[in-house]
Amino acid sequence: MSTPPNHGRFLWEILSNKDCSSRFLWGSDGQVAIGDLLQGSCLGDRRQELTGRSVLLSTHDQLAAAVVLIELDGIASRIVICPPDITAEHFPALIEKSGADAVVSDYELPDHACRHGVLRIVAGTVSPAWFQPVEHRATEWVLLTSGTTSAPKMIVHNLASLIAPIGAGTNPGSDVVWGTFYDIRRYGGLQIFLRALLGNGSMVFSGASESPTDHLARLAGRGVTHLSGTPSHWRRALMSPEAQRISPPYIRLSGEIADQAILNTLHAFYPNAAISHAFASTEAGVAFEVKDGLAGFPASLLGRHGDVELKVIDDSLRIRSGRIASRYLDNPSRVLADEDGFVDTGDIVELCGDRYYFLGRGNGVINVGGLKVYPEEVEAVINRHPAVRMSMVRSRRNPITGSLVSADVLLKESEPDGAATIRIEILEICRQSLPPHKVPATVRYVSSLDVAAAGKLARPRA
Amino acid sequence: MRGGLVEMSVRATVISQLEEIRQGSKKALLPLTDDLVLLDSGLDSLQIAILVTRLEDTLGFDPFTESDITIPPVTLGDFIGLYEHAAQSR
Repeated sequence: MSTPPNHGRFLWEILSNKDCSSRFLWGSDGQVAIGDLLQGSCLGDRRQELTGRSVLLSTHDQLAAAVVLIELDGIASRIVICPPDITAEHFPALIEKSGADAVVSDYELPDHACRHGVLRIVAGTVSPAWFQPVEHRATEWVLLTSGTTSAPKMIVHNLASLIAPIGAGTNPGSDVVWGTFYDIRRYGGLQIFLRALLGNGSMVFSGASESPTDHLARLAGRGVTHLSGTPSHWRRALMSPEAQRISPPYIRLSGEIADQAILNTLHAFYPNAAISHAFASTEAGVAFEVKDGLAGFPASLLGRHGDVELKVIDDSLRIRSGRIASRYLDNPSRVLADEDGFVDTGDIVELCGDRYYFLGRGNGVINVGGLKVYPEEVEAVINRHPAVRMSMVRSRRNPITGSLVSADVLLKESEPDGAATIRIEILEICRQSLPPHKVPATVRYVSSLDVAAAGKLARPRA
Repeated sequence: MRGGLVEMSVRATVISQLEEIRQGSKKALLPLTDDLVLLDSGLDSLQIAILVTRLEDTLGFDPFTESDITIPPVTLGDFIGLYEHAAQSR
């Protein structure tokens, strides 16, 4: 390692050391020249009030979030980044748990969103601004997991852990245009945003209410060169007529198991693209990228000493590296890494020849197109129906979203008259109580469900 | 004309399952013609995934997972064609 990959301790400083004259962040309703941002602010005079504050960041527009992140890294003591599904009802609990004393948004907050005494600042468009130099600090970046319908986990990173996977010489060309089907307010999308900033590129952001087809059309219009998403994002993209209008030389998959079918399909569709799939989680960070076009990963990655160390214990992949999160903010006593510093990813792998393949999640979590579903929360909803004795929710493989939610239901009476009606009613209760990806795609009646010795449902592993 | 009958029943099955799933959609529903882009049919990708699963239960096969490379269907006609082709080659 001769020179550090990026000069600077915080985003603004890193960008200031680069030529940003022709670099842009493109949103669905506007754009920001990075050069203008380095000479200005979307917060105006009020930015100084955020020095040393713990800031909850909630925006409708991804571009607004991107601009605020660049401005506040190194200035705020902590930025709690709300993904788009976190709305004002969640704020009181999030503010309480994170110790936030300011909220930055791109919309007027409803009165009940936060208690008196919490600073509220609405970000606007970027205008020229000059600030007194302030003493910079290492800002904590807090990411929220999609989690259950109750409280999301709050996972603490800092700029160093987030950019550790991004090597020196990452896409050095200034004609690089990054895009992602992810949202940059989640780990997978944030990685792409930081790659765009630390390289010399520009980036296209999807809009809050933009259709996948319109997003692809804008990616095509900007000449996207580096594009990332989950396998489900990619399967959806390929079903759009606009998919033929892009020809990115670099394609990246992460967030779900990349099976051989999607790798082959992408290779057939974009024969000139370098296609890689990365393994990453919000807690463990990016562990590795696989570039040989094959599903799974070479067993030779295990047992190496270096930036990232991998091992498999009880079929579950464990990772130790400088890229892992430091702790959970919502529950500091929850264990993030074991005493040797390894994070248990909960992803079950199987060795087949000289490669490991991912089988699914050890804790039964179902991954529907990159969104997690805990079987227990769906079962709890199904079990509310008076005719249901018990239920077991499991994962069912699906070629579009990777997995879907499927329910086995044991009724109190065997073959009651209204079995068909009960099925419709069960689905109706689920639709009222759960987001669409958690509603079972199929409901099957079974005559028994196995209960293990400890009195718990016997769930098939992975 | 056995082949014709099989084709019709696959087509009819796809259409009826699709109609059932998209009934809950809040978007304005376009008529189901062969050149309709599937993503414009009122179904999002989750609902297309559900459609594929329900068709697997009804028809007994899933053309997407039966080959390693599947040219993704863009229009409803492509989608139905994929199922008809899979039904005929069984």
